[in-house]
Amino acid sequence: MAESADIAKDATPPTATPEYLVGPGHDFASVTEKISSIVLQRKTPWGWFVGFAVGFALLQGLLVAMAFLLFKGIGVWGVTIPIGWGMDIINFVWWIGIGHAGTLISAILLLLRQGWRTSINRFAEAMTLFAVACASFYPVFHTGRPWLAYWLFPYPNTMGLWPNFRSPLIWDVFAVSTYATVSAMFWFVGLIPDFATLRDRARSKPWKIAYGILAMGWRGSARHWHNYDTAYLLLAGLATPLVISVHTVVSFDFAIGIIPGWHATIFPPYFVAGAIYAGFAMVLTIAIPLRKFYGLEDFITMKHLENMAKVMLATGLIVAYGYMMEAFMAWYSANSYERFMIWNRMTGPYWKMYWALILCNVVAPNTLWIKNLRTSVPYLFVISLVVSVGMWLERFVIIVTSLHRDFLPSSWGMYSGTFFDWSAFIGTLGLFVTLLFLFVRFLPAISIFEMRTILPGAEPQEGRR
Amino acid sequence: MTRDANDDMKGVPVELAGVRRRLEGVRGRTYWKSLEELAGDPAIEEMLRREFPEQASLFDDPVGRRQFLTLMGASLALAGLTACTRQPEEKVVPYVKPPEDVVAGRPLFFATAVLDGGYAKGVLVESHLGRPTKIEGNPDHPASLGATDARGQASILDLYDPDRSQTLTHIGEILPWGSFLASMKSALDAQRPLQGGGIRLLTETVTSPTLAAQIKGFLADFPGAKWHQWEPAGRDASRAGAMLAFGRPVETEYRLDADVVVCLDADFVSDGPANLRSIREFTSRRKLEGGQKEMSRLYAVECTPTLAGALADHRLPLKPSEVEEFTRALAAGVGVGAEASPAFGPGSPRAAWVQALAKDLQAHAGSSVVVPGEYQTPAVHALAHAINAKLGNGGKTVLYRAPVEASPVDQLASLQELAADMDRGAVSLLVTFGGNAVFTAPADLDFAARMDKVPLRVHLGLHDDETAERCHWQVPETHPLEAWSDARAVDGTVTLLQPLIAPLYPAAKSAHEMLAAFSARPERSGYDLVREYWSTQPMGADFETAWRRALHDGFVAGLPAAPSLTPAVTPGDWGRAAARPVEAGLEIAFRPDPSVHDGRHANNGWLQELPKPLTKLTWDNAALMGPETARSLGISIERDSLGSHTDVVEIRLEGRSVKAPAWIVPGHAEGSLTLHLGYGRRRAGRVGTGVGFNAYTLRTSAAPSWAGGAEARRTGERYRLACTQDHWSMEGRPVVRSASLEEYEKDPAFAQEVGEDPPRDLTLYPPHKYDGHAWGMSIDLNSCVGCNACMAACQSENNIPVVGKDQVARGREMHWIRVDRYYSGDPAKPETLETHHQPLPCMHCENAPCEVVCPVAATVHSDEGLNDMVYNRCVGTRYCSNNCPYKVRRFNFFLYQDWDTPTFKLMRNPEVTVRSRGVMEKCTYCVQRISRARIDARNEGRPIRDGEIKTACQQACPGEAIVFGDVNDRQSRVSRLKAEPRNYALLGELNTRPRTTYLASVRNPNPEMPRG
Repeated sequence: MAESADIAKDATPPTATPEYLVGPGHDFASVTEKISSIVLQRKTPWGWFVGFAVGFALLQGLLVAMAFLLFKGIGVWGVTIPIGWGMDIINFVWWIGIGHAGTLISAILLLLRQGWRTSINRFAEAMTLFAVACASFYPVFHTGRPWLAYWLFPYPNTMGLWPNFRSPLIWDVFAVSTYATVSAMFWFVGLIPDFATLRDRARSKPWKIAYGILAMGWRGSARHWHNYDTAYLLLAGLATPLVISVHTVVSFDFAIGIIPGWHATIFPPYFVAGAIYAGFAMVLTIAIPLRKFYGLEDFITMKHLENMAKVMLATGLIVAYGYMMEAFMAWYSANSYERFMIWNRMTGPYWKMYWALILCNVVAPNTLWIKNLRTSVPYLFVISLVVSVGMWLERFVIIVTSLHRDFLPSSWGMYSGTFFDWSAFIGTLGLFVTLLFLFVRFLPAISIFEMRTILPGAEPQEGRR
Repeated sequence: MTRDANDDMKGVPVELAGVRRRLEGVRGRTYWKSLEELAGDPAIEEMLRREFPEQASLFDDPVGRRQFLTLMGASLALAGLTACTRQPEEKVVPYVKPPEDVVAGRPLFFATAVLDGGYAKGVLVESHLGRPTKIEGNPDHPASLGATDARGQASILDLYDPDRSQTLTHIGEILPWGSFLASMKSALDAQRPLQGGGIRLLTETVTSPTLAAQIKGFLADFPGAKWHQWEPAGRDASRAGAMLAFGRPVETEYRLDADVVVCLDADFVSDGPANLRSIREFTSRRKLEGGQKEMSRLYAVECTPTLAGALADHRLPLKPSEVEEFTRALAAGVGVGAEASPAFGPGSPRAAWVQALAKDLQAHAGSSVVVPGEYQTPAVHALAHAINAKLGNGGKTVLYRAPVEASPVDQLASLQELAADMDRGAVSLLVTFGGNAVFTAPADLDFAARMDKVPLRVHLGLHDDETAERCHWQVPETHPLEAWSDARAVDGTVTLLQPLIAPLYPAAKSAHEMLAAFSARPERSGYDLVREYWSTQPMGADFETAWRRALHDGFVAGLPAAPSLTPAVTPGDWGRAAARPVEAGLEIAFRPDPSVHDGRHANNGWLQELPKPLTKLTWDNAALMGPETARSLGISIERDSLGSHTDVVEIRLEGRSVKAPAWIVPGHAEGSLTLHLGYGRRRAGRVGTGVGFNAYTLRTSAAPSWAGGAEARRTGERYRLACTQDHWSMEGRPVVRSASLEEYEKDPAFAQEVGEDPPRDLTLYPPHKYDGHAWGMSIDLNSCVGCNACMAACQSENNIPVVGKDQVARGREMHWIRVDRYYSGDPAKPETLETHHQPLPCMHCENAPCEVVCPVAATVHSDEGLNDMVYNRCVGTRYCSNNCPYKVRRFNFFLYQDWDTPTFKLMRNPEVTVRSRGVMEKCTYCVQRISRARIDARNEGRPIRDGEIKTACQQACPGEAIVFGDVNDRQSRVSRLKAEPRNYALLGELNTRPRTTYLASVRNPNPEMPRG
């Protein structure tokens, strides 16, 4: 494990430069103490209550939106004919995209032996789960009769009917549910040693019991570690193709359709890159305040932020290439509907959306070539928000501008989200924030045992393979 | 044990070694049934456990049979436990002697007629167990020929309108019929010494022989009484024109199957008692089937773009005031002797147009027809008569008859006289039969205020409307489908109107019963009155047979049509002196609305939601204007997700003003506006009240059809309109494919050369096989006149809900078939403008994009090629609609269907599911009609005949543009049409392989006509 050792050496430079992975002066005890104290000892800061209250208040938007939706019908949203999907599917794809970074960081970077992932993987995985939870609200509630949405699952029934396996929506059901399950398992398995640490350090009986149950009898024996590492690696192997598959399948929802602007073979790679892009933006959006408020600058260092910025830059360029190819293929295909579609995106009623998208997703990330900007924390925070907005706009452009003017000019229409569209969206943001705050309060936001492995003196060969 | 199990046993080898092994291990005595059991063979043990191997697995379900029955029993018992209230007692009495022909589940059809402007259009009404549900045309009736129009279709909704006047009221107090009779008796007694001098009857146009006889009888009893008629969109110009030309009232019938047709501000598609027949005649000359290379040519000169203008090969937009000048120029051109005005004289830009037209007419003397419009001056009518006479069209393409109306009078003058009489206090009893004069009378008559001077006012009407509001007595009127009556078609054919259902509201009276109240025998029923009248008429040898025959056929067969006339045109200058001077400023054309007509259908949701031809507006009227006029007024229209937003203009005319939303219509004559009447009702009902603006407020008796000298200005207010198609152009896409006749002759298959047809095997999935039928449809764009009859028929047949203005504005209308309208040419040069209609039902694609993407298989391919929609299975992802390139799918975003109003429950077609919230729906090719035909054919042991199944849209279509049938049958009509060179598949390049295909449009322009 020469590489890890290098990283570990790299991680403890004598002077504080932005290159280190763990701040100077930390040992096993201090790392454990620092991270576990957030959960166990430290007084819950008032800021946590404020943040949680804000998230919980926003969550009520979801309640309002769902109540009206169920009571009145899907018509309370802005969807119409010909724009049969609007903010429901925009938000679904947006959330699913955000949910990509977690598993990518955990699984792919683990397999690629990128040691810098250790301080961010835990909350990135949590973020993934919460984003998938937010996303899964939409496919259910965007249907006309949500109480029958379970018909999308292949279950034995008296009707003797299977779902239609030709439909990409069915593939979606499998892809998203598998992804959610594997991500949850991966996350939980990763938490087991830390649960044990918390169990051992918790002072009150109920917490000891609670964490004890979750720790599943972890004692840290060599045999435990051996099995654990095997399981973790296997799960990482299992999760890796899912990172690619889930957004590929989501992109099929569009690519299988015949609508100009949807019917494109570039969609799978372009969607996956976009998802990673959006995911890393969201990880940054969360990491920057987290390290600030909990004083975790030593663990989530400038190097982490910079690496994430580099990933964003790389995937942003792929996404930009996707946009370019869409326009090029529209021209090169000589298909008048395709040409009209791209022209309509650029100059039609929704031109502002398209150009805002280009600004957010193509122009903005390219500033990350500049090292000074890439290493400026406030700038990164702003850019991460800009990218999140850009990715939302991308889904808007793909879904709405393709549908609103398709083949027959007689059936063209216009779309805008209604109050209930926005309250559902804000509600899922609230759900996300609420879950995140609960997570930070009750679980170690940074993997304690994995952080220990990158400390000087850790023996990577023994601890983490 | 079954044979198969025995066979299975034979296949199991008995393992003796195993038996020995087991026996060795056993202590004590064990019993064994067979060697196999003893050997412990798992297969045998399994078989023993399952006594009846084939069925036994069913009982292995965790929810066993017994448990299932227990649960079901319990839930049934619980379901029976409703609240502890006593259910109302109802008696269910079976028929002791069932009525003849009534079989539950099989509809009956009864012949009767719907009235349009007083004239009959014969219909067959479908009745399910005594409930009329659908109106179809009567193929044997001369004014229907099997077709219906949108208003005719929608009249079934008028019957079931929950806002109908339901009780007899006297100043708001509900009273019995006897009180009304007593009140009338005292009023009549008071009038008797005066010979009824204070009595006035006000009716709409009357063609009913019975009613006419009743009125005459009444006038004989009260010679001083007067009978007035008022139809706001009536035929005064025709009457006056005939008087001017012939010196006598003449009913003119124009045969539109002529070689050259000229419409002078005449919309033969939308207006008039003969429109269905006219459309059939016109389209019969535009079919181009079976190698036909000849077609008629249509010229239209008009202000408001109309459906006739949209069909025209040449259309000249003129302001209303210019049409008379144009007609004079045309008359001069064909040598009638009228003097051409300078505007169209030699050297003027339009002279070439007139000359080319005149030349074409002269080349087709005797086989051409010049049709004057109802909203033009009498002089135009007289000149048209003169031109037709000069061309020798009389008796060939123009037929003259004695008037069909009971009393052809100038209705405007009649109403003016009534208003004057009321004003001077000469009227003491006013009885209005139907109509809504307070709303529709010309503004200058101040009818409402003058009516208030009449001491006793009675109104018989379907609705408690604006006129009823000002009357002491409101008598609810029966709907024509509820009462006995009779009426004449435009050619004089008499139809007996028979009731399909007892009056929904027992207090309702027909006009006959109402008039009987003013006679010596007020107790006579409508049936008695009509039968009594006809028993005195020469109907045939045996009255009873003739009567039954007439009821069965839908018209009185023995009776001669109105006598033909051959009137001579009186020479003269035909009202040149009376010609109104052209005034400066904007001109306003007043037209009845294409949907709600003069306002009588304002409470009809189907008609309100029917996109008006050409403008595609719903739920509103608007000030229509050409692009140039709109620019000069600074009008801007923008579309967003909530609808189309436009400027409100204030229109001033002779001191009166009205505010109206502006709407731009390409091809509208510049410098003029069109205002549609019938909107802005104050008391229409919950659907029609307060919808649109009231154009009657500008309409005066001096200028009922058009007025000059108006001003318009933008107010700065914005108004939201619900338009279903605001995009004008086809964006250069081959949507409607059209060519000129010349191009068609050179290359009959021009339409097939536009798109590329992908190879048929270009699909991942195995092809569908059709051993029996494979249904398909052909729509002839050359025969479609854009009249919307198909849309209304579909709405009625398929229980399609009305969603309201807000939902339509958001793009959520529910029509299963729509009529798309496209323009080609330059809006700035209206002469180059071509208008095309395209009816668009579900295409029932062979490679249906919707079917693949539905996650729950709610839309699937049937074994007869239909793209079926399974409402029960639909969860509403709307993916199918997104993926439909034709966007024909409609989604129930809310619970659109009215599940509560009792009358609507009666109205619905029991053969079609009433859809609920959250499911997708779309055209089914009227699958219920296919099923009915299949059952009939099977019962009779024969195959389904070609033409036996008619979809609702096809059946209503006056132009016979829609043909449905079996494409597996090479000899069927639809197969032959699909083999026509004009046949093309819309968006066929997408490899959807639609089963609905189109026959491309061919226009027949005059090569000598200047264009652009």
